[in-house]
Amino acid sequence: MAIWGSWLLGAYLMVALLTPLLIRVGFLPDGQLGLNSPVYAPPSFDHWCGTDRLGRDVCVRTLQGTGVALQVVFLAVTLAVFIGVPVGLFSGYAGGVIDRIMVLIMETLYTVPVLLLSVVIAFVLGRGILNAAIALCVVYIPQYFRVVRNQTGQVKTELYIEAARAMGAGPLWVMRRYLFKNVLTSVPVLLTLNAADAVLVLGGLGFLGLGLPETIPEWGSDLNMALDAVPVGIWWTALYPGIAMFGLVLSLSLLGEALEDLVCGS
Amino acid sequence: MNRSRSLLKYSISRLLLAPVMLWLISTLVFLLLRVAPGDPVDAILGIRADYAAREALRVKLGLDASLLTQYFKYLNCLIHGDLGESLNNQEPVRQLISNTLPASIELGVIAIIIAITIGLAVGFTGIARPEGKTDLIGRLFGIGTYALPPFWAAMLIQIFFAVILGWLPVGGRFPPNLIEPEGSGFLIFDSIKTGNLQALLGSIRHIILPASTLGILLSGIFSRSLRLNLDKILTTNYIQAAKSRGIKDRQVILKHAFPNALLPVLTIAGLTIASLIGGALLIEITFSWPGIALGLQDAISQRDYPVVQGIVVIISSLVVTISLLVDIAIAFIDPRISFN
Repeated sequence: MAIWGSWLLGAYLMVALLTPLLIRVGFLPDGQLGLNSPVYAPPSFDHWCGTDRLGRDVCVRTLQGTGVALQVVFLAVTLAVFIGVPVGLFSGYAGGVIDRIMVLIMETLYTVPVLLLSVVIAFVLGRGILNAAIALCVVYIPQYFRVVRNQTGQVKTELYIEAARAMGAGPLWVMRRYLFKNVLTSVPVLLTLNAADAVLVLGGLGFLGLGLPETIPEWGSDLNMALDAVPVGIWWTALYPGIAMFGLVLSLSLLGEALEDLVCGS
Repeated sequence: MNRSRSLLKYSISRLLLAPVMLWLISTLVFLLLRVAPGDPVDAILGIRADYAAREALRVKLGLDASLLTQYFKYLNCLIHGDLGESLNNQEPVRQLISNTLPASIELGVIAIIIAITIGLAVGFTGIARPEGKTDLIGRLFGIGTYALPPFWAAMLIQIFFAVILGWLPVGGRFPPNLIEPEGSGFLIFDSIKTGNLQALLGSIRHIILPASTLGILLSGIFSRSLRLNLDKILTTNYIQAAKSRGIKDRQVILKHAFPNALLPVLTIAGLTIASLIGGALLIEITFSWPGIALGLQDAISQRDYPVVQGIVVIISSLVVTISLLVDIAIAFIDPRISFN
């Protein structure tokens, strides 16, 4: 399963890198332009996946969506790691009242449905790549917090930490030097699984009319546009962006599962 | 004796936590919407609106007062069940939510029943012959249902069953040529109560596609967690003991392993469904099901700020309450949980 996942993800990375190049060279048409093309044309040799309501090529738009999705998701998950891990480390190490309050806040954040939380943030921040990434990252911070904090709690009672403290190491030094590396093992699994989830949430935001600006082709908003055409039997605008999204989520989930087996097994 | 006392203590401490969490959520939503960079007035009117219009809206929303005053006013209104009114048509947000919530709950409940049935069935057929073909398919089913964007899966089902085959209605909740039965807002229940057979059939025909889509998508959680837990339990000593006494595999799984595997499944399912329901409800939009998610989408597209705020606070509070109740219920059922 790991191999399938990696190959699939590799394919997505290739698409993300090659599509802008091919468009610049002129081999592919730009998915934003399409006024010369017929509207809602079914798949044909000219337009392999047909055209949408503005005559834009569905195939190219779907390909273009890959790069954006990967960018936003990567940004979001990285932000979440950079905030969640230190906060979790600090809270777990500090313990006491601070820890309890932090845990309560994070648990509450964690119970709020993922999509709703990012809807609020995306609604306030408006559209944009960075804004969408922020809206997504807030959802995942509690997960890193939780994992890192629990592990810090376990590790900090180990003998070597005590020894380091006895030798006069300050809290910052202990956290950076001894705790950080020990609590990091579970982060990669979470990161991959969260990335999978983030693709879905980004799509959900786009579907609700939030997230990325209209000038950037995005799978979720394309699917929302396709919705109006479904009752008249126009299936091609709905099919391809969804397949792309499904594949990306699938590849990341397969990879995450494989990583999980690896971490648990060793 | 000792256990029942600690159980009671646990339940009370969890229940006392509920208001704190609800307060945290409402504060969080408030802070996000007011303090985050980005002005709600800009969000509603756009940045190019003229000064007078912006100030007028600011006063109307009470945004001209100090942040602390706004916060206390907001909390005070929340406690009294006042969620403000829609900017769009002056309808109280509370009214709007109570109009749409029954539709969402009706869909959710039926979907979860479908999810449990399918999920447990798939989980079982897998475990009967571990590592076999059905098992692999079952595991792929688990990952697949997770990886499918719910609103897209709904579109595919809609295209196939409603548009191409034409078996069921494309969307909506009730046949447009009939009059909805009065009552609780749960149409199936109301139709049965008023004995209106036509209305009952109509609403059932409309709910089949959305409920089964949601049900199938959620069933993956059940099949996966059942599969994982059965796996773990089947290697334990008491199962080995049961097998060595010559009890048939089927008997062992059904009588000895299943009851013990069920509780963790319920825990996981309870928590995951609560957090998933937000994403899964997007299928309401696909099927134009007049529930709360459709209301949310309308509010977002009209930049109707109080409605977005109200819907988010209400759904989040519901989810928090449900997951607390699931916690407590499981503590009562499972004698192995200890509270320290």
